[in-house]
Amino acid sequence: MSGGRIEIERDRRERMTSRLVQAGFLVGLAALWYLGANYWGINHLLLPKPQHVIAELADILRSGEFWPDLLLTLSELAGAFAISMTLGVGLGFLISRSALAIKIFEPLLAGFYAVPIILFLPLYILFLGLGPASKIALGATISFFPVVLNTIAGFGGVETLHITAARSMGASNWHLLRYVLLPAAAPVMLTGLRQGFTVALLSIIGSETIASLAGLGHRIVHLAEAMDTARMFAYIVFVVVIAVVLNALVSSLEARGRRE
Amino acid sequence: MPGRARALTLPTKKHPMNDTDVAVRITDVSHQFGEAGDAQHVRALLDTSLDIARGELLALIGPSGCGKSTLLNVIGGLLSPSTGHVDVGAKRVNGPMPKDIAYVFQENALFPWNTVLENIKLGMLFQGVAKSEHEPRARQSLGAVGLSEFANHYPGQLSGGMRQRAALARALSLDTPVLLMDEPFGALDEQTRMVLGEDLSVLLSRTKKTIVFVTHSLGEAVFLADRVAVFSARPGRIKEMIAVEEPHPRKPEFITAEKFTRLRNQLYELLHDEIRKTVEATSQAPAHGSAA
Repeated sequence: MSGGRIEIERDRRERMTSRLVQAGFLVGLAALWYLGANYWGINHLLLPKPQHVIAELADILRSGEFWPDLLLTLSELAGAFAISMTLGVGLGFLISRSALAIKIFEPLLAGFYAVPIILFLPLYILFLGLGPASKIALGATISFFPVVLNTIAGFGGVETLHITAARSMGASNWHLLRYVLLPAAAPVMLTGLRQGFTVALLSIIGSETIASLAGLGHRIVHLAEAMDTARMFAYIVFVVVIAVVLNALVSSLEARGRRE
Repeated sequence: MPGRARALTLPTKKHPMNDTDVAVRITDVSHQFGEAGDAQHVRALLDTSLDIARGELLALIGPSGCGKSTLLNVIGGLLSPSTGHVDVGAKRVNGPMPKDIAYVFQENALFPWNTVLENIKLGMLFQGVAKSEHEPRARQSLGAVGLSEFANHYPGQLSGGMRQRAALARALSLDTPVLLMDEPFGALDEQTRMVLGEDLSVLLSRTKKTIVFVTHSLGEAVFLADRVAVFSARPGRIKEMIAVEEPHPRKPEFITAEKFTRLRNQLYELLHDEIRKTVEATSQAPAHGSAA
């Protein structure tokens, strides 16, 4: 047993060390920024002083002016993810029910997944306009592929023996889905949903910076064009924090889903 | 429908037992995989008829691909035979019969995402047992296989032998008159098999179930079974039926008894030629899929 304890102790120490190095790296980066902007004469239009960025960020948060943009971007994300989740899980499950369908559709979908769909943004805007509809559609398209592919892999990889065993004990179709197929497919499927969520967020903010009327991405580009770099940096920091929080949330949901 | 008037028929050569003594009746069962002429065509089982008595422990033994697992799956309703039929009690087998037949599979048919206890309860849920009975029956069957302390472990946390005990507990909790086991200890080491075999003999002599099990081990067949059905090489049919005639529960001393050795040697002689035939056939056609 003491061997196990030593191992746990070593694990803990290694984790501590890597956390310290990571924190040190970030602090060093901030220090370089501070030195570069304040003492090494880097143009503040290119690299604003960190203290100015912090002041701008405080102003953004105090004034609450970010709310409309944040809510728009988040609702686009929610819409896109709801669509890709419904279609991806639904179609993925149906395809996974037949070996032939898997053989036909899996390579097709994997092929599409490799295409940079962001290239079709002009087309989406042509059809759906500059407003949120084009962002939702693009985000849904891009995030559909990881969801559907992982759903197929999840349900397609269920052990035949587990299905046979359940059937031999009298499991109904509903029992089979609820107690065998879903828990067996869940780990892979949840990974797909997390990936889908991440790429939906990326593609929505990205497409907002290219062509849009509002939203966080739009705001950042707008400030860049107005040469208000300090405030633009403040918004970037804001978006990064939002993205980190959302990803942490989704990852913890994924971890909980795996455990069940 | 030849089965309709069965209650009135007298014992025949094909079915020597009285109907009331019969738990499982197999009539003219043949099975082939694929169609004649296909590259994958395999005649796995040929014209097999057999009565299995209530409370009997029957071992099926034979070379690989002789159709013994096929026969087990036909009895369990997991496989529809090409011709012939099986009756369990008064019921014709047309598919899984969870109220009558429980299965212990070769290895690890437990659901890895559920604990041992949850696995057992799930079996009863599938089978349709009232919810209030799940917990006490699961605990009881866990106790019977000596796994009470591992109720909340996941299958991945158990050894292979413990997993098979848990699978046996799940099958026992279903409280079926018939239990089918497909090489239940096939993946275990020799020592573990021996201990599990002894425990199984004690356990099963108490439950009075009708048990059919497939095995590769001659010793296991003699030690556990009331009768041993020896299969010929493919296409498989029962070549010889050997009665062990030793009361249950069997003592470990039985293994060293002269009778045990004699029966084991007899099985070895019967199987030796068949196994040689199979090995020679498969080494000539290595691409042949196994049907057992």
